[in-house]
Amino acid sequence: MSAKHVVTTLALAGAMSTALATLAAAAPLTKAEADAAIAAKKEKCFGVALKGQNDCAAGPGTTCQGTSTVDFQGNAWKFVQGGTCTSIDLPGGKKGSLKPV
Amino acid sequence: MIAVRPEADLGFAAAFAPPLLDPARDAPTDVTGRNGKPAGRRYDVYRNNVTVSLIDALAAIYPAVQRITGTDFFRAMARFHVRNTLPISPLLFDYGRDFPDFVANYAHAKDMPWLADVARIERAWLDAYHAADALPLPPARLSAIALERLGDLVLTPHPAARIVRSQYAAVTIFAANRDSAPAARIDASTPEDALITRAEFEVVVRHLPPGGAVFAASLMSGEPLGVSAMAAFDASAEFDIAANIAGLIAAGAFTSIAFGDPA
Repeated sequence: MSAKHVVTTLALAGAMSTALATLAAAAPLTKAEADAAIAAKKEKCFGVALKGQNDCAAGPGTTCQGTSTVDFQGNAWKFVQGGTCTSIDLPGGKKGSLKPV
Repeated sequence: MIAVRPEADLGFAAAFAPPLLDPARDAPTDVTGRNGKPAGRRYDVYRNNVTVSLIDALAAIYPAVQRITGTDFFRAMARFHVRNTLPISPLLFDYGRDFPDFVANYAHAKDMPWLADVARIERAWLDAYHAADALPLPPARLSAIALERLGDLVLTPHPAARIVRSQYAAVTIFAANRDSAPAARIDASTPEDALITRAEFEVVVRHLPPGGAVFAASLMSGEPLGVSAMAAFDASAEFDIAANIAGLIAAGAFTSIAFGDPA
């Protein structure tokens, strides 16, 4: 168990006052600014990782889609990872594999 | 294996539904064509449409996961899940709630331990999109609170607000794969927490600073500000109260002030 931090009323009052001043003054970060802040590991900014893309992103069943794809049930299962996973590194772990596992 | 909604009409569905997701089983005998001829092939068309539409539903809900794994891998993985998971809601965007847990345990995805967390962010994104509309708390309301009561401040969470925590760089991986821009190299080993909100019309995913997820989750569960700040400090000595209050309010994570009983 770590030592309990005591947050005093005074500290809360100061924090709230700073927060309200920030809210009143700050224009929202642009995507580019947020990306830069994240890249620089300055993560105190509540950087916006992603916004928008609501068009056509309401999920399945919300548009009139026909089903024309055939589910080839008899095919062998495909276990080969073929996407962007090879660009994602995990030190000490394995990289996404292009080979069947 | 097959879950049928309790209120469903079991008379017809009990015979019709079970073979739908099990290609090894024959078509129900009471499904017939003209003059009582067996209609196995017609049933197969329907059977195919059920499976394909549910796989398509998962692909629509989890596009970043599909981009990361590639389409063939994704559809094979999704088919395993679909075969064991009939929809329990008539709303297709409600389907696939169990998919992130399935991905976490999927043997062929074990070398992508961050994949399930990316799926959890995508699920939270769609749930935020479809959550009830509500006006975010105006900052001015906070300035009206007496300073000695700040520690007891309880806030009502916005219906769209969600938190997803990850041991991996799930937020960066998610953001890099939600569109078709070329994928830069990503180090997956940095833990990242996400705050998902929809203050008005636009779902926004934010990368939470150290201690921020503990703080936000505590506040959203109805704990008062003082207790939540202490929990966040215990989680991270770098926790910045002012920046986190400002960030959560700016994101629209809360709708109103509810001193005392959060209910």
